[in-house]
Amino acid sequence: MPATSWPPPFRQYELDDAYDEMFAPGQDVRSHYGTLHQRLLDTPVEEMRRRKQAADLAFLHQGITFTVYGRDEGIEKIFPNDLLPRIITQGEWTKIERGLAQRIVALNLFLKDIYHEGKILNDGIVPREMIYSCKHYRRQMKGLDVPRDVYITVVGTDLIRHPDGRYLVLEDNLRVPSGVSYMLTGRQVMKRVFPELFQACRVKPIEEYPQALLQTLRNLAPHGRMDPTIVLLTPGVFNSAYFEHTYLARQMGIELVEGRDLVVNDNVLYMRTTAGLRRVDVIYRRIDDDFIDPLAFRPDSILGVPGLFNVYRAGNITLCNALGNGIADDKAVYAYVPAIIKYYLNEDPILDNVETFLCSNPAQMDYVLQNLDKLVVKAVGESGGYGMLIGPHSTKEQQEEFRRKIIDDPRNYIAQPTLMLSRAPCYIDGQVEARHIDLRPYILYDGKKVTTVPGGLTRVALRKGSLVVNSSQGGGSKDTWVLHDKE
Amino acid sequence: MLSRVADDLYWMARYLERAEHTARLIEVQLNLMLDQSAYSADERWRRILASLGDPKLNTESRDAQSLTYSLIFDRSCRSSIVAAIVGARENSRQVRQQISSEMWEQLNRLFHQVRRADLEEGWDPQPHDFLLQVHEGCHLFQGITDGTMSHNEGWQFIQIGRHIERAMATSKLLDTHYREFGDDEQAHLEWIGLLRSCTAFEAYCKYYTADVRPDRVAEFLLLNDEFPHTIRFAADHLEAALKALPDGDGRCARVRLLAGRLKASLSFAQADEIMAQGFNSYLHSIQTQCGQIDDALRQAYIDYPVESALTA
Repeated sequence: MPATSWPPPFRQYELDDAYDEMFAPGQDVRSHYGTLHQRLLDTPVEEMRRRKQAADLAFLHQGITFTVYGRDEGIEKIFPNDLLPRIITQGEWTKIERGLAQRIVALNLFLKDIYHEGKILNDGIVPREMIYSCKHYRRQMKGLDVPRDVYITVVGTDLIRHPDGRYLVLEDNLRVPSGVSYMLTGRQVMKRVFPELFQACRVKPIEEYPQALLQTLRNLAPHGRMDPTIVLLTPGVFNSAYFEHTYLARQMGIELVEGRDLVVNDNVLYMRTTAGLRRVDVIYRRIDDDFIDPLAFRPDSILGVPGLFNVYRAGNITLCNALGNGIADDKAVYAYVPAIIKYYLNEDPILDNVETFLCSNPAQMDYVLQNLDKLVVKAVGESGGYGMLIGPHSTKEQQEEFRRKIIDDPRNYIAQPTLMLSRAPCYIDGQVEARHIDLRPYILYDGKKVTTVPGGLTRVALRKGSLVVNSSQGGGSKDTWVLHDKE
Repeated sequence: MLSRVADDLYWMARYLERAEHTARLIEVQLNLMLDQSAYSADERWRRILASLGDPKLNTESRDAQSLTYSLIFDRSCRSSIVAAIVGARENSRQVRQQISSEMWEQLNRLFHQVRRADLEEGWDPQPHDFLLQVHEGCHLFQGITDGTMSHNEGWQFIQIGRHIERAMATSKLLDTHYREFGDDEQAHLEWIGLLRSCTAFEAYCKYYTADVRPDRVAEFLLLNDEFPHTIRFAADHLEAALKALPDGDGRCARVRLLAGRLKASLSFAQADEIMAQGFNSYLHSIQTQCGQIDDALRQAYIDYPVESALTA
């Protein structure tokens, strides 16, 4: 219920059980949001509207789009962007950064172990059947040495904020995480629309991301390849993230290639150019494992390159990310990540997991089945907000459907408490209202150094009351500001 | 540059040139139909279709209205304006990062204009405004391309595409026309129509005065080296663009040879000799040579066999 004491434009603002990023309980403005809050009070309605229009127009003209599947040609849509930034303090960020670095290093060691000796399985920390039943396990990777032992190069980890203020890891995306182009373009637009505010807040820059990515890819080139040729491999113009692929290729100054541009000869990979064949050393691949080589994986794939996997096996090419990473971001294996960190690094996790019930465990499955109306149930292999049951928002029929599915295939399901994602102020129809958000920072790893650009993609559930932030389901994004400490 | 990108740019240019050519043919035809002439409109439509290589049409009827409609909107017809513009946009969409954003925006705008016309109810059987839009849209795109894109390898592929398409289309048009009228000076309106179909009427008048004579029209459209829609002009620019491409490792020798030969044969040709030996067979040989150049271009830069590139 809107308190009468809220001044415009906050008339519609509500506080509830969720953690509010701007207001502490009792409507006190958190200090790092002070400048933004004051600015919102001071700016006339018309001025805000004008800036919102300017921002929308900038997105439209730059063609910052994603593709929605399911129609004839695939529809290009403008990525919805909220006008107000999400703000994170230096102190919070330092902890997030350390926690993410710890996690990526441990998961990388885990992947190496799984595809080599399997010590963690022999020691009984992670159940063997959990790995071999994972549909993202790639037996072809068994015993294969990847350059510098780096499996995970690019990660986008989803974090949420618990009502008590802690950041929790919701999901590790270790295969082909996307969205970083929206982070970069969103920032450009914000700088143009709110230059004074931006300067006054002392925001840390994120613009070095493409260069950092290029450098990371360069560092991972196969041994002995000085001045490597790096390409970005896209499934093509119909992929939902095609805009991002073109954007990153352009920002890094590398070729954007499709499978049909590449040929394999004698275990060496080339791209077909007008000046003849040119050897390729590193692929930043944005194609799923299954489609990358019809000879090694799905034979019906026309997106990939026949023979590519042999080139990889021969050590003549680096794939970023490596193949088979899906076992480490499986939603059931996720529950073991704290134990994985402890096992390889002998450290306690800096960022906690969300409490997770594994349906493959009979006792936990019983608990889940009894509490379907309270829990969020997820299929382990799905992403993008598909294959999910949100207990409190579901009907009896939907719950029964999931009950059957869980009993049929327990390994395929996990459940988590329905989480109150934190809420942040959003600009909605001329008013400032609270909406649920999460945070996806982007992390790079080259075997020696972990690089995290300060910020990430804040995804926001623009529909009132919704907890689903995925762009395919009515979500949008916000610019994310990490502030320099005050001097 | 990636071979696929070069191929896309080449076809983008060809498709746009095709759209412009078809738009001009329809425009001239609709205009001629207004005048009383000894030659029937049906005959002219037949000739137009022949000059476009007798494309498959969705419609069986051959009246002016349905033919106009098909040549504009029939997507299954390779020469129709909409099919050509959709093709050009599809090609450019795949190489969006290689062309300037101004080029993409203009092509996209043109695409939406023709699509909007397609969706509109009540089709105007005299679509002059629409055809004008297509013309202007194509010209604008060419200007934007020349003004905003680096004149690099990609730009050269665009030039090659445009000029090869133009040389082929113009020679086919001349071919069907002369097959029909020979040197019949009575068909005055038809000769003017031919010149207009190549936007060459004014340029011709400046050169030869308004005295329109079949042999002069043939000479002008074939051999004039200054007017952009003549075959010789296209051959000169085709050769120049090919020369500007990087040498590769010897694979491009053949395509350069073919283009050089075409250019030379047109540079040193005499109109009366060509006429004496048979104009139509000469035009045929030009079409064959264009086809060979297209083929050799693919062999040199796009579909070359992997083995040849490895041993080089």
